[in-house]
Amino acid sequence: MSKYLVNKFLYTVDRDTELTERYREDPAGTVSWWEAEEANRILNCITAEKTTWLAFTDEERTALATHDHVTLFGLGAHPFLTLTLWIAMFERDFDEPLGMQLDYAAQLAHLGLPYPDIAT
Amino acid sequence: MAKLVAILATTHHPFFYRTSQLPPEEAPPFAAEWVRKVEAYRETLTRARPDVLVMVGSDHFHQLWLDNMPQFLIGKAPFYDGNWENEMREFGLPKLLFKGDEELSAYMLREGIDKGFDLAFSNELRVDHSITCPIFTVRPQNDLPIVPIYTNIFAPPLPRPERFVQLGRTIREIIDAWPSHLRVAVIGTGHLSLELGGPRQFGPHGPDPEFDARAVRWIADGDIDGCLSSVTLDSLHAPGNATHGFMDFMLMMGIAGHTKADYADNLDLFHTMEAYFAWYPEPDLLVGPPLASKGALL
Repeated sequence: MSKYLVNKFLYTVDRDTELTERYREDPAGTVSWWEAEEANRILNCITAEKTTWLAFTDEERTALATHDHVTLFGLGAHPFLTLTLWIAMFERDFDEPLGMQLDYAAQLAHLGLPYPDIAT
Repeated sequence: MAKLVAILATTHHPFFYRTSQLPPEEAPPFAAEWVRKVEAYRETLTRARPDVLVMVGSDHFHQLWLDNMPQFLIGKAPFYDGNWENEMREFGLPKLLFKGDEELSAYMLREGIDKGFDLAFSNELRVDHSITCPIFTVRPQNDLPIVPIYTNIFAPPLPRPERFVQLGRTIREIIDAWPSHLRVAVIGTGHLSLELGGPRQFGPHGPDPEFDARAVRWIADGDIDGCLSSVTLDSLHAPGNATHGFMDFMLMMGIAGHTKADYADNLDLFHTMEAYFAWYPEPDLLVGPPLASKGALL
């Protein structure tokens, strides 16, 4: 489990408009590049001071690479981060106000309490 | 000593700003009542004539991140920029600049640490919609210096509800003892029941109207004990996965004390219940005519 790293992916992609678009268009390629180049970068440190041990699990990598927000929820990714990035990527594909958000919720409707633990 | 002239506790719905800017023919059916309630609430601050605003909110993973996450943080800077790119993108919120009151920030940090809260601080803080939204609603001219206070209601492990109430009590003691001639108002924002990124999000009401009904009574009645006996870190998962933001309301109840609110209003809206509370610790400090209404909950 590397919930922290999944959250770091969602957080850093959401706050970079170019990366958000790249992830929308090429999810598998973006996840592969990000894990290789960015995953271990401490956010306010130079490259020489990279972390040496962070990596996705196979399940996390696949969920991110397939835009599978249902699995990400089940893995305990922070739901606010996932939602915010999904709105940025996919709200534009729906005609009705909140259409994307309601579709997002409907895909999670089979899940009851307690929700997966989001502590990192 | 400084005078604590008003305490305001409210929700921070990020869609209010954009909704309030729409021409009537484009506005949703609930917009007019929403604007009317917010404008009535604004009067509760205006009549207190504050000189400085202490603003309590919570960073939504904007500047505070999981590699270095404080539980409680006070800004100490001469200025604060406000709102982030993804808040412009998602909510249509504009960026803005606040003046800061560094003297009060320094005083609150020193006194807070000495009173048992090991507060984090920031000398360069861009505040997010938890602090900018109440400016848009109750002080849109944005003409007063602020002291921002951030709480962690977002990234577990969180402080427990009792700790939020204790911090509120401590903030009250600190402001009451601040050697200054200024009039201080505290404005804090949180949530009632709320779900974000889960199956219950964006329904026709908040995810747990029963919790919301109880919560607004706790706040309006100043029922800190009733609230604390009913709310735990674990229990707050049930009303909605983002309901831990209610602990910021509990912090504000700690500031107000075991006292009924002087103004209490709410609005049942899609996705969430909006709520607007104000207390006047020293009514004699107010001038002018009384409020036209005390709100729907009183």
